[in-house]
Amino acid sequence: MKNTIPVLLIMLIISSCGGNKTAKNSELAGTIKIDGSSTVYPVTEAVAEEFRAVQPKINVTIGISGTGGGFKKFGRGETDISDASRPIKQSEIDLCNENNIKYIELSVAYDGLAVLVNPENDWVDHFTVDELKKLWEPDAQGKITKWNQIRPEWPDEEVHLFGPGVASGTYDYFTEAIVGESGSSRGDFTASEDDNVLVQGIAGDKYGLGFFGLAYYEENKDKLKIIAVDGGNGPVFPTIETVKNGSYTPLSRPLFIYINSVAGKRTEVQEFVRFYLDNAPALSREVGYIPLENTAYQAEKEKFESFVSRLNE
Amino acid sequence: MNKVLINRRKDLIFSVAGLIATFVGLVMLVIFIGDILIDGLGRISWDFITGLPSRNPDKAGIFTAMAGSVWVLFLTTLISFPIGVAAGIYLEEYGKKGRISKILEINISNLAGVPSIIYGLLGLEIFARLFNLGPSLLTGSMTLALLILPIIIVATRESIKAVPSSIKDASYALGASKWQTMWHQVLPASMGGILTGVILALSRAVGEAAPLIVVGALAYVPFAPKSPMDDFSVLPIQIFNWISRPQQGFIINAAAAIIVLLVLTFLMNGIAIYLRNHWQKKIKW
Repeated sequence: MKNTIPVLLIMLIISSCGGNKTAKNSELAGTIKIDGSSTVYPVTEAVAEEFRAVQPKINVTIGISGTGGGFKKFGRGETDISDASRPIKQSEIDLCNENNIKYIELSVAYDGLAVLVNPENDWVDHFTVDELKKLWEPDAQGKITKWNQIRPEWPDEEVHLFGPGVASGTYDYFTEAIVGESGSSRGDFTASEDDNVLVQGIAGDKYGLGFFGLAYYEENKDKLKIIAVDGGNGPVFPTIETVKNGSYTPLSRPLFIYINSVAGKRTEVQEFVRFYLDNAPALSREVGYIPLENTAYQAEKEKFESFVSRLNE
Repeated sequence: MNKVLINRRKDLIFSVAGLIATFVGLVMLVIFIGDILIDGLGRISWDFITGLPSRNPDKAGIFTAMAGSVWVLFLTTLISFPIGVAAGIYLEEYGKKGRISKILEINISNLAGVPSIIYGLLGLEIFARLFNLGPSLLTGSMTLALLILPIIIVATRESIKAVPSSIKDASYALGASKWQTMWHQVLPASMGGILTGVILALSRAVGEAAPLIVVGALAYVPFAPKSPMDDFSVLPIQIFNWISRPQQGFIINAAAAIIVLLVLTFLMNGIAIYLRNHWQKKIKW
């Protein structure tokens, strides 16, 4: 009997809370279709998961057809939002124009690429972009096989290379930034679509060298040694700060979402994008990426709001 | 004498080689399953089975992917079984044995060897776009049905071929029509083999990720599909997605999801074996 009053009170509070929630007419319904890059996927997934707690009746679905595959669907109006780990290409813009699709591009986070060696490697202090290029360009195949060919004072030992599979966006991006042409590199390196295999490879080989997403390094800090990269202004280690302020070049890239203007007229899509930009700083960090500067997020928000207000005209 | 000895020795060598060959596969399977069990068994729980996708590996579950897999399995069976069996019966019993049936035969065997991702492209262009079905369960199931049709057709034909012609002749001799002979004699006698073929083909379908990704199946779906027109994900896509994540927790999740998928396929193989035995017992000539 004693407990009745507190219990009743709690029940009242709970029910009134529930009442408030439904009384708010901000509860929307609908479906938001997203597809595209598997690199951007973890961020969008995290946002969608949190968004569900706020707007449980909006069904957000996310595919992983890759940046190119995503744009093919986006350009036909099959998706509302496209995840992309590179800016849209001319051929994809043409497809959008053909189908009369207008869109806006928003950057949501940065992805950094790390160059890594074995922890027992005590001779490498940094790489210049030219050294990496010399090592990875197609002409290097079968020729540049020893560490002392990269820099004469390094040991006369074979260098063992590890990298992501040629179908991955990470490989495209590394080759574009280092070799100068996307998808062009030497072929005699250990390639794996599974970055964890690369981690194992470098961790078990004193003369190993490889590259992959910064998030994988953060999960395996104790097994690998990260190397600073000199993009022309002295060696820089990839850290949150150096990626954020752009000094870690050329191995950091922005991640984007593209929003279809027809979808952008829908309130639930607008709410989702606002939620995305509000939560991207914390969530992108949580899944292993690097947030933009706060001012940059502010700029993206303003860009989106003006896009929305233009749509409503 | 000497020749006999040599032949015996050859015999022995061959049987040892055969044994090794058998064990290579078996040992690999044991290592693989053992590795997966060690990684994933501890992760399997009710929460894991009923959980929704999440960025937090400890909270993430396979509910929507599993529901999608079960839906796909159901619809694929519904589509591929009647078409495949009917085609098999036609080719074996009704079709004229001529140049055209030869060409058909060769093409069907070739189709069985086409990479699954090609079927995905076909499904995307025809079912998703031309028929305007979108990236729905129906599109995915129709694509997978196409993928396994050749296997079902071949299995049906083999099973029908295995029915002794004396049975058919006896049926005809008693005045039965072709259809009566098929329905009352040939099909019941070959059903065990046909079902085994169908279920093994479906076991392949349930493990496919590539064609479904092309068709537009999703990686993140926070709801279980309610109709054949809904968007969906399947277990292999969920596993593929988890394996490519850097956090160790997702690798464990992938192992756990693989165990669930394995149980599903073992279950299906078990049903196949049961059906085969069941039907074999029923046949008394």
